[in-house]
Amino acid sequence: MSNNSHPVTYGEALIEALQEEMRRDPAIFLMGYYLPKSIFFVPADSLLQEFGSSRCVLTPVSEAGIVGSAVGAAMAGLRPVVDLRLSSFAWYATDQFVNQAARNRYLSGGQVSVPAVFVMNVSPGSRAGAQHSDRSYPLFMHIPGFNVLAPSTPYDAKGLLKAALRQDNPVILYLDNAPGPRYGGRRQEIPNGDYTVPIGRAIVHRQGSDVTVVPICWLHRTMEVVDKLAQEGISCEVVEPRTLKPLDIDCILKSVAKTGRLVVVDISHPCCGAAAEVAASIADEGFGYLKAPVTRVTTPDIHIPAAPALEDEVWPTPDRIAAAIRQSVGYRR
Amino acid sequence: MTQHLVKADYLEMFRRMQTIRRFEETAENAFKRGEFLGSCHSAIGQEATSVGACYGLKNDDIMLGTHRGHGHVIAKGGDVNALMAEMYGKATGCAKGKAGSMHVQDLSVGAMGECGILGSHVPAAVGLALAMKMRGEPRVSLAFFGDGAAQEGTVHEAMNLASVWKAPVIFLCENNGYFNYVRTRDRCSVPQFVQRAPAYGMPGTTADGQDVLAVYSAAQAAVDRARRGEGPSMVECFTYRYRAHAFLSGVGGEQEERPQEEMDYWLGRDPIKLFRLRLLAEEWATEADLTGVEAGVEQAVKEAQTFARNSPSAELKEVFLDTYADLSPLARYLARQGVQM
Repeated sequence: MSNNSHPVTYGEALIEALQEEMRRDPAIFLMGYYLPKSIFFVPADSLLQEFGSSRCVLTPVSEAGIVGSAVGAAMAGLRPVVDLRLSSFAWYATDQFVNQAARNRYLSGGQVSVPAVFVMNVSPGSRAGAQHSDRSYPLFMHIPGFNVLAPSTPYDAKGLLKAALRQDNPVILYLDNAPGPRYGGRRQEIPNGDYTVPIGRAIVHRQGSDVTVVPICWLHRTMEVVDKLAQEGISCEVVEPRTLKPLDIDCILKSVAKTGRLVVVDISHPCCGAAAEVAASIADEGFGYLKAPVTRVTTPDIHIPAAPALEDEVWPTPDRIAAAIRQSVGYRR
Repeated sequence: MTQHLVKADYLEMFRRMQTIRRFEETAENAFKRGEFLGSCHSAIGQEATSVGACYGLKNDDIMLGTHRGHGHVIAKGGDVNALMAEMYGKATGCAKGKAGSMHVQDLSVGAMGECGILGSHVPAAVGLALAMKMRGEPRVSLAFFGDGAAQEGTVHEAMNLASVWKAPVIFLCENNGYFNYVRTRDRCSVPQFVQRAPAYGMPGTTADGQDVLAVYSAAQAAVDRARRGEGPSMVECFTYRYRAHAFLSGVGGEQEERPQEEMDYWLGRDPIKLFRLRLLAEEWATEADLTGVEAGVEQAVKEAQTFARNSPSAELKEVFLDTYADLSPLARYLARQGVQM
């Protein structure tokens, strides 16, 4: 505790971000079908109390309609923040994301903007099975026009949501909802007052010298592994992108220049996944630095089972992460 | 005279209809000569629906439309030079040549964009209306969509949302009887889409889509209702397109076969011919007035084509602009490729 910071959970950080930004900019409003009760799985009472129903638009369950109408409202100069709950639910709105949100600026020759923030959760460990466990960020990384954000800590969640509300590209914000309580249910000290986390900037969570480890939507599990490996004398540098698009390749490259090794841990699938993009970028620009092959630890190309005993084996497990790191560090030509 | 329309209105409606007709004929000929590529969806035959629906809108009311959209933008009062130049892929086009025939617009008159994916734009029209309502503005939003798009889920979700929010939207269905080359009524649960309006808690009316004044009256009632804050309406206009679904340069279009008696019936109800006869019969305009308008349109469309032909091509660096609000997401690519912006 200090006079300059205060402890918040991941969810509280998000509510703080909305509160501060909605006070600053009257164009910001909320849309969601769990409003007025909750937004992003967090109680929304304080927001409703302060900003009233006029800035909390209640919707039916109509993902395509909601995303499309948010696009329209954004084209009119407002800044909708849309709660889509789970990434799996948002598939319904795929056309609206791709053909409307991402393209209306371009198709107007730059005359219209779509400054909307679409928020969805990734929830590995939910035991909810294949239809509720999607991680759609590689798809949206593939579509020109979006900023794709994936913060893992309360600090980054608040800072990136605030940054998203101060720029004019459509944003898809993936919230960490896994496993179980976000950020392990813990609180993190974050600064009092206004701050933002710049979009497109990675963060070095831990300095290290042997291998660069890049976790994507899997920071906490990865850190647990890295802690253990430290006891074995393996020094990992952990670089979390936070923004998946645009990716901060410079930051990862700088780390790989130092360590010569790269392991990417990603809960999306390997084919055209986020880890694939990181690996390809480093192969492309950092080949000369590499002392070992770039390794990916991902969720295999299979659907997500509901049974806990099965599901726990599907995500990048501590064992698989540790094995990949050891293999990279031990690699000799 | 119909409602509060005066002679100048009739002549302006006639001018816009005639402009659409001549614009489309000019574009079709140019396309077939290979002067521009891609696709070109002709709205010939549907002029009364476009103009009747848009004429009651104010400049700051928003209209969104379809792939068959040149006529919508002209009906809303858009600049034909920028439209034609867009189709020719020129820097002076309404989207600097990036959008092409299916995505024309003129934001200065509230024509905020045509859309190439059936029904995809309709939720955005609801969102635009929601924004107007949230700001307490007395504006309305109108979405054109066809009988094909009326079967898309987005249109249904949009209608429901508009009703829930009491958003000032007009759902303007241009039923020309065919989606692509398929007769819609063979693949639709109801003979008229407007039958679905009550299911979404909104009034639905129909109009003869070849009678510009009938369309105007029906649309105006919906616009007035929306402006009064009473929420959305649907208007279905029965019309006909004379040409095939599309002229395409890339892929071959299927041959359309439509019954000759059907074609003859609709050609006999040509919207421009009907309006012209009415204007003269009711003595709302003289032959000289109309000839004058036609000559003016001829000149304007010719000038638009000359403008398009003579305009410079879009600069190559334009391809990197307008995907993002600024170039920063592309900075790495541009630097590595050595692209100077």
